[in-house]
Amino acid sequence: MPYTLKPSNAFDIDIETTEYLKDHVDTGDRWVLNFGPQHPATHTTLRLILELDGERVARCTPHIGYLHSGFEKLGEHLDYNQYVTIVSRMNYLSPIANDICWHHAVEKVFGVGLTPRCIVVRTIMAEIARIQDHLLCVGAAALDLGAITGFLYSFNPREKIYDICDFISGQRFHPDWTRVGGAMADLPDEEVFRRMVKDFIHNDLPHALKDLEGLVLRNKIFYDRTVGIGVMTREEAIGWSLSGPLARASGVRRDLRKDEPYLCYADNWDGQGAEAVQFKVPVAEAGDVYARFQVRIEEIRQAVGIIEQLIDRIPGGPMNVFTDSKTTKPPKSEVYGSIEGLIQHFELIMTNRGWEAPIAEGYGANETANGELGYYVVADGSPRAWRVKTRPPSFINYAVVSKMLEGHMLPDVVAVLGSINIVAAELDR
Amino acid sequence: MAIRDEDIVSIEAPPLNAMENLYIPEIVKGFGITLRHLATSWNKGKTTRALEYPEERRENIPVEKGGQYAPNFRGVHRLNRDAAGRVKCVACMMCPTICPANCIHITAADSPWDDREKYPKKFEIDELRCIFCGMCEEACPVDAIELTPEYDITGLSRQEMIFDKEKLLSIYDATIEKKPM
Repeated sequence: MPYTLKPSNAFDIDIETTEYLKDHVDTGDRWVLNFGPQHPATHTTLRLILELDGERVARCTPHIGYLHSGFEKLGEHLDYNQYVTIVSRMNYLSPIANDICWHHAVEKVFGVGLTPRCIVVRTIMAEIARIQDHLLCVGAAALDLGAITGFLYSFNPREKIYDICDFISGQRFHPDWTRVGGAMADLPDEEVFRRMVKDFIHNDLPHALKDLEGLVLRNKIFYDRTVGIGVMTREEAIGWSLSGPLARASGVRRDLRKDEPYLCYADNWDGQGAEAVQFKVPVAEAGDVYARFQVRIEEIRQAVGIIEQLIDRIPGGPMNVFTDSKTTKPPKSEVYGSIEGLIQHFELIMTNRGWEAPIAEGYGANETANGELGYYVVADGSPRAWRVKTRPPSFINYAVVSKMLEGHMLPDVVAVLGSINIVAAELDR
Repeated sequence: MAIRDEDIVSIEAPPLNAMENLYIPEIVKGFGITLRHLATSWNKGKTTRALEYPEERRENIPVEKGGQYAPNFRGVHRLNRDAAGRVKCVACMMCPTICPANCIHITAADSPWDDREKYPKKFEIDELRCIFCGMCEEACPVDAIELTPEYDITGLSRQEMIFDKEKLLSIYDATIEKKPM
């Protein structure tokens, strides 16, 4: 593709036509810099065509598609349980949040309700995934600006999260843990799980946050390089349909956990009048890189608060919805012990028998660490979805890069990219 | 449902004070943090995270300290034997059906034994294709295929990493003590 490719007029931030760029940019000879797709600061395979005037970015054209892996098409070939192995590979910073979101959408279309135990454990894991994602993002934001130690300190507690995932599911990185109407297995040992999570939120995480904040938060070098960089106003953030920490750092009061509550964020989640978990939504007005950094750090603190409310109140009872439902596999004791269990077990797996999926379509979205992650599922009655459309937060957030970078210096490109936390596997799907 | 005012934490970036504006105090503070880490991680102190892998292994560490939980762990597969030492599998084709990666290949044949109709004449798992999701273990109606705590498998060629029935049964013999059935 030629480097001179121009974006459409809506994206055009040419210095000749954009009034306020005229002060910043000298009209010298422009040159084109190809940033990425293989570059350490792009984190994954992103490509930006930067048209530079001196060291100012006059125009930035993001190119996508370098990591396209056909994840959405695979959703048409794998059934509703199998596809969880693919969605956890989309946003690999917080795989379990993708699992939970995918089955949230499927259960919404199917009309399957969850057991209170499953709701609580899923909420805890969703918040742990949020911490996992934010820790990497705030660390990588520091790394991109030269503070490699901050990255290492924020990366350490993620090891504990992998251990928790390993414990409950058997695999550290890709838990593939949820199933329609429940989870792949009950917690192996509730007491150990509780101790591991408490150890993480009380011992490892506060130290890591303290170290990271001590290193970068009030550091003048970091401060100067992030304050006032990549500013999005509230109107722009709404206009570009940003979500998650990006929108909230620009003053948009939007959080799906409050606006369209699900799991334990909704009132009466257990059917017996249980109250929703208490937490606050951090909102900043500045809309710059520093505000996004602060919002993410505050969200980690709020996530710890949510986990603390729930970790001692994991209800008893089964993890999966009742076993005579048509969507969940019966426990192994049923399979070996009763003919009904064996028949249902076969019915769920064999391709020519299959599930009784409804003929319906619907959209289910969760507030994940990067923003609104949603799945649009079209079910045609067969065991496989007819079409699965993902609404990846990275894709929407990446569109705004050219807007954020206009008129900034070349070194600010990495600061802005680090603050958006783009995951190319999710972006290109 | 809009977010109420009392659910909002307002975040601002306060300007740096005079001390912070001087660069130097903050740099000293940052060095203090790294020096503290150096001191506390000295000689495998409490902030040490590294596991010296081939000598130290996760199997030998308690679960709460980051060890492996063997009953749950999704490592390399094995084919279980029954009490008479024969392969337990009845070639019902559930695992190749549920496998999201299509890595299990079974050729079924009439069983030479009286207690079942079919047995797997050929049973191959492509361990390079496998994503270790554990769905085969969930799907198996006779507990014949299982994932073991073994994770360090190696091979010099792709062909070598396609495990056949004998190899999978030998993994059973090697891991039955680590993970009893």
